[in-house]
Amino acid sequence: MPTTPSDRAKRKLKNLEAVAANGLLHRRLFLRGGAALMTGYTLVPSAAGQQLTDDAWSLAPGVTVPDYGTRSRFENNVVRTLSNPKGEPRTQHARTPHHLLNGTFTPNSLHFVISHAGDPDIDPDKHRLLIHGLVKQPLVFTLGVLARYPMVSRMAFVECGGNSAPLFSSEPIQASVQALHGLVSSAEWTGVPLSTLLDEAGVDAKARWIIAEGADPPHLSRSVPLTKAMDDAMIALYQNGERVMPGNGYPMRLLLPGWEGNMNIKWVRRIQLTEKPGMTFYEARTYAPILPGGKAYRFYFIQEVKSFITHPSPGLAMQGPGFYEISGIAYSGSGRIAKVMVSADGGKSWAQAALEQPVLSMAFTRFRVPWRWDGSPAVLQSRAWDEAGNEQPTRAQLVAARGETTRVPPVNAFPSQHYNAITSWSVERSGEVKHVYA
Amino acid sequence: MYTRSLCGFAVTFALALSAMVASAQSPNLGKPISPAEIAPWDINILPDGTGLPPGSGTPAEGARVYSAKCSVCHGQDGKGGTSTRLVGGEPIKNMESEKTIASFWPYATTLFDYIRRAMPWRQPRSLTNEEVYALTAYILSLNKLIGESETINALTLPKVRMPNRDGFIVRFPDRTP
Repeated sequence: MPTTPSDRAKRKLKNLEAVAANGLLHRRLFLRGGAALMTGYTLVPSAAGQQLTDDAWSLAPGVTVPDYGTRSRFENNVVRTLSNPKGEPRTQHARTPHHLLNGTFTPNSLHFVISHAGDPDIDPDKHRLLIHGLVKQPLVFTLGVLARYPMVSRMAFVECGGNSAPLFSSEPIQASVQALHGLVSSAEWTGVPLSTLLDEAGVDAKARWIIAEGADPPHLSRSVPLTKAMDDAMIALYQNGERVMPGNGYPMRLLLPGWEGNMNIKWVRRIQLTEKPGMTFYEARTYAPILPGGKAYRFYFIQEVKSFITHPSPGLAMQGPGFYEISGIAYSGSGRIAKVMVSADGGKSWAQAALEQPVLSMAFTRFRVPWRWDGSPAVLQSRAWDEAGNEQPTRAQLVAARGETTRVPPVNAFPSQHYNAITSWSVERSGEVKHVYA
Repeated sequence: MYTRSLCGFAVTFALALSAMVASAQSPNLGKPISPAEIAPWDINILPDGTGLPPGSGTPAEGARVYSAKCSVCHGQDGKGGTSTRLVGGEPIKNMESEKTIASFWPYATTLFDYIRRAMPWRQPRSLTNEEVYALTAYILSLNKLIGESETINALTLPKVRMPNRDGFIVRFPDRTP
């Protein structure tokens, strides 16, 4: 009986050494070229082997190249989910489908968006950026003028302070990684360092804060310490190389790398330097998570170290026992990701994940671990550490400090904010992946 | 030799000069603007009252504005409708406690700031300062945080002490001025 490629792969896999329980393999397996066969995760069962033929698209000229490209029509299911698709008078959320993407940056059309009163349709020629308050000379900038300034580019994640809030639920909510963690995205942002513009206006020695405000209908405003504004803040004009998307702040947004998404003021039109913070609606009320006992945190600036597995995850069915890659996203508002560990037995044993290079500060880091699934139940977890020494907490640690709900909230609710603990996926015998607490 | 060292001096001088220019990073293209030109956008209110405009309002005046422009979403007497209620609330205990104005908001100035910049939802920035003062007075009065006949203005608003004023812990003190 002749050996098939599949038999050869099986034999090769048998020889690979597991580094943690339930079939986690060494992270350098792929780099060594040790794996002859890899099975991907798909939304539909893969086709059986068949006779190769030339298909219609190979036998006649294709369609005309468009002036602005769009993805293949076969990818039309890769979309954001909308919390308020009819634009009713309340906040709208569009969540990133992390389980259908890979790599380390988010395509502009799939970057998460939260708009409190819709996306304004701003004429870039009429938009103005005002800098005033405790400065020597108040200044106003047009987009045309800002485009002449020296620019910088950097990768940066932006994460809503309420991302992952469903994990505060007392019982695990069955939902996709998109529904649970879809309010974070990562992009390359290009623009003018805010420090350049503040220097030009001349910062008064008494100034300690900036209050940034958008040109959106609610004129959303947040207070930011001047030290952050002078450190790495940017007036971003470009997102992944093209102008910032309308939902992400066109024609310009404040970028505060690593800090709470709501503070990264979109459609930014005004920056006032002050001695004290404004105690605006969103800092005094909304982004002030309540702690057990009734006190609440104020100025929860930093999005702390976090990771979650995107492949596999709920909605991506396993295609039977065999070889898979576990991969996911890690990031920290305190710098670079230093290490990610992955477990397939609910946290009892761990394998170190490979980190896709380059690992950039305050940006997505893709981690990968090869996995031989033997078809028995497994619980997958990832845990990240950043270069500042911060460790992603277990859910039990986070709940002890921050609490959890007593009732199961709707999946779209925000019972609290700044959940950065471990997420657990249970892989069932059937190949189904479920959200569990472990 | 003489020429060369002179050249060297010239190059060093030129480098020093360019370094000085480079340290002043800005091309200085921002356009100066006067306080009068800024005024229509100058709407931030701080807890100490900085930024509050001239004018005043009473709960009775606010009730009339409220019925006309706010009750459609926030319900009669601020009891809530398609949008949040503006009156009442229990003391904050845990994350499931409702963050109402009376139970959670630390500063009354935030009311004026937020109403003026964001409300009504369909017509933000359409209220006069007098109307914003009156609505602020009405909501504070509904919550019994001021008396029914008190006047709210730039002097009285910062003095309103909100019940949960001291209910907060700064999360990152080393990053907070």
